[in-house]
Amino acid sequence: MYLTFGVTLVDITTKIAGIRLKNPTMLASGIMDEDAGSMQRIIECDAGAIVTKSIGLNAREGYPNPTVIELNHGILNAMGLPNPGIEQYCQEIRQLKNSKTPVIGSIYGANTREFIELGKRMEDHGVSALELNLSCPHAKSYGLEVGCDPKLVQEITSSVKEKVGIPIFVKLSPNVTNIIEIAIAAEEGNADAIVAINTVKGMKIDLELGKPILSNKIGGYSGKAIKPIGIRCVYEIAKNVDIPIVGVGGVTTGEDALEYIMAGASAVQIGSGVYYRGIDIFKKVCVEIEQLMKAYGYKKLTEIIGVAHT
Amino acid sequence: MNIPKITKIIESKREATDIKTITFHYPEEIESGQFFMVWMPDVDEIPMSVSYINGDIKGITFRKIGDATSALYKLKPGNKIGIRGPYGNGFKIQGKHILFVGGGTGVAMLAPAAEEAVKNSISSTVVIGVKNKSELFFEKRLKKCGAKVIISTDDGSVGYKGFASDAAKEILKKEKIDAVLTCGPEMMMKTLLDCCKNISFQASLERYMKCSIGICGQCCIGKGLRVCIDGPVFDGKTLKNVKDFGVYRRDSAGRKIQF
Repeated sequence: MYLTFGVTLVDITTKIAGIRLKNPTMLASGIMDEDAGSMQRIIECDAGAIVTKSIGLNAREGYPNPTVIELNHGILNAMGLPNPGIEQYCQEIRQLKNSKTPVIGSIYGANTREFIELGKRMEDHGVSALELNLSCPHAKSYGLEVGCDPKLVQEITSSVKEKVGIPIFVKLSPNVTNIIEIAIAAEEGNADAIVAINTVKGMKIDLELGKPILSNKIGGYSGKAIKPIGIRCVYEIAKNVDIPIVGVGGVTTGEDALEYIMAGASAVQIGSGVYYRGIDIFKKVCVEIEQLMKAYGYKKLTEIIGVAHT
Repeated sequence: MNIPKITKIIESKREATDIKTITFHYPEEIESGQFFMVWMPDVDEIPMSVSYINGDIKGITFRKIGDATSALYKLKPGNKIGIRGPYGNGFKIQGKHILFVGGGTGVAMLAPAAEEAVKNSISSTVVIGVKNKSELFFEKRLKKCGAKVIISTDDGSVGYKGFASDAAKEILKKEKIDAVLTCGPEMMMKTLLDCCKNISFQASLERYMKCSIGICGQCCIGKGLRVCIDGPVFDGKTLKNVKDFGVYRRDSAGRKIQF
């Protein structure tokens, strides 16, 4: 699509695992995606794709507040995977069935069987792809406890892949010794794409009370501060796997997005950026990408993917 | 910065059965209708609209109803709580004669708005609707500021017998009201909205909140309207297009709960 946002003749469309995106900005999981109305609003803000909240088999209330606090250079959160369960959430997804913007269903489970069931349910209700959350840093027996074991990652990925017909994205955590081996495990499990990175484990202590502020004590750090970590992870993963990568972590500007793309990402996800720049951040980032591409003489976004490796 | 600041409770005052006001030092400017996130360490952090604005001293007024408010109810002067905010939009206080309708503890956050209206020489009538006499509070405060106060009780133990919305309807018939500002049970506010065809309308909504900074989506209504930053005060035109207004809210897991 040409002339999408600005006046420059640049093509910012992209593709991940056969899914065409009108632009490379996707809504990250866990942001404004608890109900169909919120996701509809983000779609109208021109996001290239939507990733749902991470959904499990049963409803989960999450942790008591404080669950989200702002630090100097980022946002620290420990929501605790709150979600209404797949049964209720499918009603929300169904409302987006006619959307031209791809909706990607994020799921979490404690074992392979749960991931398979959730994946099938999401597929039945019309999502374009699945994002396996193998990386939540603060929910016991879910997420990271699964996602730091390459064997489990490969087993879950390949088992879900066998049972569903839609592409599978695997979201990885930076809170592991070697993210490359986890990415390779996902690829060997026939994942269609890698999403990197989830939040970075962190903590904030209040001096006057002498105790952590988040009710869960430990949270996941997102926003501007983690961008260099995300860029490095995407770069290392791109060197070692052949499947597409979606870059996430601290994208707030077009410059951030292009850094991820040059590191090897085919698209980016935006989460905390919604706080920093408002709900219209998707459009703003797209305009900035177009301006930068013009300034540096690039015509097609897909030509820039991974240029930092050459 | 959106992180709790620790402050000490200055005063804890009983207003009515199970209802208290606590005041604390918090120098940030705040408008009536805006709210704080109030943190009781080791318990929870909840949104609370401001009920007293007195220079650097602010206050909140609440009913003991869940874990968090029960913990807050027990706190004494000198105890520490965390405050962040203010958050959300405030009321737009405009008109010649404003009718304020507070149901239950809703009057707590309407009181500073009514005081401001009177100060700006706007005729102000306040309906305080409660279940019975023992739950009544802020009557003296509002009378003292110069507002006309009408009490309604479900059981008729004082004032008009019936719902606040019924008392309000009668006033709307008799008086020339050009704005209605309300806070209280959502069904009551919905009933009022339906009565305000050509009258400016603003309602303050309550939803389960988590981040309070517009990212987590927990408090969204209608088409992605965030009660924490697009609200909590919404005008009638907006609310007429919000299908869930007066129909359902969401619990902390995001499940729909019918009103």
